[in-house]
Amino acid sequence: MKQIVIILFSAILVDNFVLSKFLGICPFLGVSKKLDSAIGMSIAVTFVMVLATATTWPVYYYVLVPNHLTYLNTILFILIIAALVQLVEIILKKYVPSLHRSLGVYLPLITTNCAVLGVTLLNIEETYGFLHAIINATGAGLGFMLAMVLFAGVRSKMENAVITKSFDGIPITLIAASIVSLAFMGFSGIIDGIFG
Amino acid sequence: MEQKKSKMSILINGIIKENPVLVLVLGTCPTLAVSTMAVNGLGMGAAATVVLVFSNILIALLKDVIPEKVRIPCYIVVIAGLVTVVQLFVQAYFQSIYEALGIFLPLIVVNCIILGRAEMFANKNSVLNSALDGVGMGLGFTVALTFIGCVREVLGSGSIFGMQIHSIDPMTIFLLAPGGFFIFGCTIALVNRLTKGRGVKRKSFGCEGCPAASSCSQAEKAEGGCEA
Repeated sequence: MKQIVIILFSAILVDNFVLSKFLGICPFLGVSKKLDSAIGMSIAVTFVMVLATATTWPVYYYVLVPNHLTYLNTILFILIIAALVQLVEIILKKYVPSLHRSLGVYLPLITTNCAVLGVTLLNIEETYGFLHAIINATGAGLGFMLAMVLFAGVRSKMENAVITKSFDGIPITLIAASIVSLAFMGFSGIIDGIFG
Repeated sequence: MEQKKSKMSILINGIIKENPVLVLVLGTCPTLAVSTMAVNGLGMGAAATVVLVFSNILIALLKDVIPEKVRIPCYIVVIAGLVTVVQLFVQAYFQSIYEALGIFLPLIVVNCIILGRAEMFANKNSVLNSALDGVGMGLGFTVALTFIGCVREVLGSGSIFGMQIHSIDPMTIFLLAPGGFFIFGCTIALVNRLTKGRGVKRKSFGCEGCPAASSCSQAEKAEGGCEA
């Protein structure tokens, strides 16, 4: 139980996917302009991350490992993710059209989101068990959501600021991200402090 | 002569005019993650260049065979296969770089630059031009990564390409995540400054630079597309 809490909280706060592992920077910077789209995107990402881990983990341990094909994991995982995203989109469109309208926009973008492929590969690399892998994926998704929501808030404040011409647009967004990630560094050590 | 000039311009295009990192602002994740040391930037750039050149060649060869509707998954399969080859090669011969790049080596699969060039260039152009475009874009990526890597290495660990510079007090923060965002932001601002604002093509992060933009039909339809 303690292990689960540690994995969850370190994935959300300490090893935040966006702000300390640099995974999923494109959607983090691209979709964080408005709060509701930031939330929509991160729910979709969390959902696909958990689903992708739940699929790739058994495939790796029950198909690739017994057949000594572990070097094929990258190519197989990306195919599984692409198929999953497509499948989720079709299912949502048919059965939950209202959810499809709000989340469907973000689904095609998720296939090429490095955070999703990243979490599946990291779970294998860390040799997590199935449950721990799922927890880690959930934590990664929630961490992504936290970073997105916080950053959306920061950006809405930035909207009205007067910025030097050279820094306007992308550079100032990156520097704001730098400051947000500086704040997240404060969490390092929190796990040892609480559970150590 | 005319022909030759245009070939040259394709090559140069990727390095300067349309530098994927500094002008098009693509591939932000690997740029930020591996640029802690100049050598890592160089290694990542080289690995991505090899994948980019071969994926451009293969996709230019296959462009008439691949059905329009499933082209993106097809590109991903081609790229993923090449990445696996490069990954095994680096693991066998450059163990230290393999460890430094870590998960970002397999993640070349989802690098926007490679998919973007497949979508924007290789499926419309001849094999030779696509190969040249791959070399140019790859070099542009490598140059930008190595430059950012140099700056972060000098400031963060007080060395350059592993050689210690004694007069500099290292500031570890530049090796960590905040320093990465900061230096990348400053580099783009510098490009903006030097080119008087005309250089950087993307004014904000949005759909136009995303390789999935054309396949993501909802992007235009829905108000809250990629860049809501």
